[in-house]
Amino acid sequence: MASLGELERSVMEVLWTSDVALTANEMRDALALRDDAARMVATTTVLTVLSRLERKGFVSRSRDMRPHRYRALLSREEHTAELMHEVLDRSADRDAALARFVGTASAGEAATLRRLLDELARH
Amino acid sequence: MLAVSAVLGVLAIALAWPVPVVLARADWPSRAPAAALALWQAIALAGGLSMIGCLLAFGSAPAGSLPAAVAALAPYLLTGPLPAGFGVAEIAALTLAVAIALLLTLNLALTAVRAERERRRQHQLIGLLSHPMPGDPRTRVLAHPVPLAYCVPGIRTATVLTDGLIDVLTADELTAVIAHERTHLDQLHHLVRLSFRAWHSAIPWFPIANRAEHAVITLTEMLADDGARRAVGTGPLRGALERVGDAGESGASLDGTSGADSDAAMLAARLGRLDEPATPPPADPRGVRAAALTASAVLVAVPLVGYAVILGIVP
Repeated sequence: MASLGELERSVMEVLWTSDVALTANEMRDALALRDDAARMVATTTVLTVLSRLERKGFVSRSRDMRPHRYRALLSREEHTAELMHEVLDRSADRDAALARFVGTASAGEAATLRRLLDELARH
Repeated sequence: MLAVSAVLGVLAIALAWPVPVVLARADWPSRAPAAALALWQAIALAGGLSMIGCLLAFGSAPAGSLPAAVAALAPYLLTGPLPAGFGVAEIAALTLAVAIALLLTLNLALTAVRAERERRRQHQLIGLLSHPMPGDPRTRVLAHPVPLAYCVPGIRTATVLTDGLIDVLTADELTAVIAHERTHLDQLHHLVRLSFRAWHSAIPWFPIANRAEHAVITLTEMLADDGARRAVGTGPLRGALERVGDAGESGASLDGTSGADSDAAMLAARLGRLDEPATPPPADPRGVRAAALTASAVLVAVPLVGYAVILGIVP
């Protein structure tokens, strides 16, 4: 049995690779085709996971028609950028609650990354 | 009471400026980082207690103790006039003491809440974006080219590496990095850093607070390095530091901020101490360690005795 965290990750993977908004049933079918722990789950489980993800601000739901359709709010790359941004910002201003190993050393890459992120944000 | 106020005042001034400056320049902390970390915490704690205690003792001197002063002042607080013996200076000192105590505690609480919120968000993102490292499910791997390793503390902890880091380091060096991060988590370094960050943000204009926070960050990095050395030896740790250190050098010239300069200095200090044998510890740190720990205990004990007098527990 897959943990809730793994299920959330698998559901997001499905949404991130899909070009269109999906229903819970379509997602269940897509999960069944995947080769990981999340295959073969009930639609109700998918709905539970989706509402958790919606509450956390990762998924948006369109309620125009039934069944509701879901899509990822941001791309995987955008979320990764957000995460890296937080960690690198912390290391740059020494405002570090979280310990890091490289942080200090990657200042150059941090500058490059920040430029890329800023470009990304402008689109 | 006035004598207590004077002693605490002198201690507060000493701990606010000359003592931290001397400690920040000393070279023994890199050989005994744990003791130095204890001493920094004692300086910060004793400094804050002394400053507040100095004002409280001065302000409550006319009544003989703080409870007596509160009892004497409370009925007249809103209506006036001031009871005999109390002047504007006493009232100002008591008000300032309360204001400083509030500033420091509220800032600590705010910093802790903010860190907790950030941590929760980090865990959510890590859970969705990373996958467990093969053979080591406690370590998560994030698909990103920038080489980076960090850890998220808390009840649930996470050690995160990027693909970029895995690409540039050997297996042994990666183990060293992971052991380094685990040491941060096991020794709860985030709590020490949090309190110094709160102190710094409460008085951002005070250069010593910045210096103290920087020293504490460096010491926790050194302690984590020692953890990595114990786990895999000096070679892999040095390799990892040097390899990611190269990137740091170019970075320092690229954006040229003072932050990058001090980062380079910290890296140099961390590499420099790897030349000394890890075990057994060199002979002199044992004496240094004992001295630093004794000094820490005395530093905190002095203001506590002062408070006993202020509160009227000790005549």
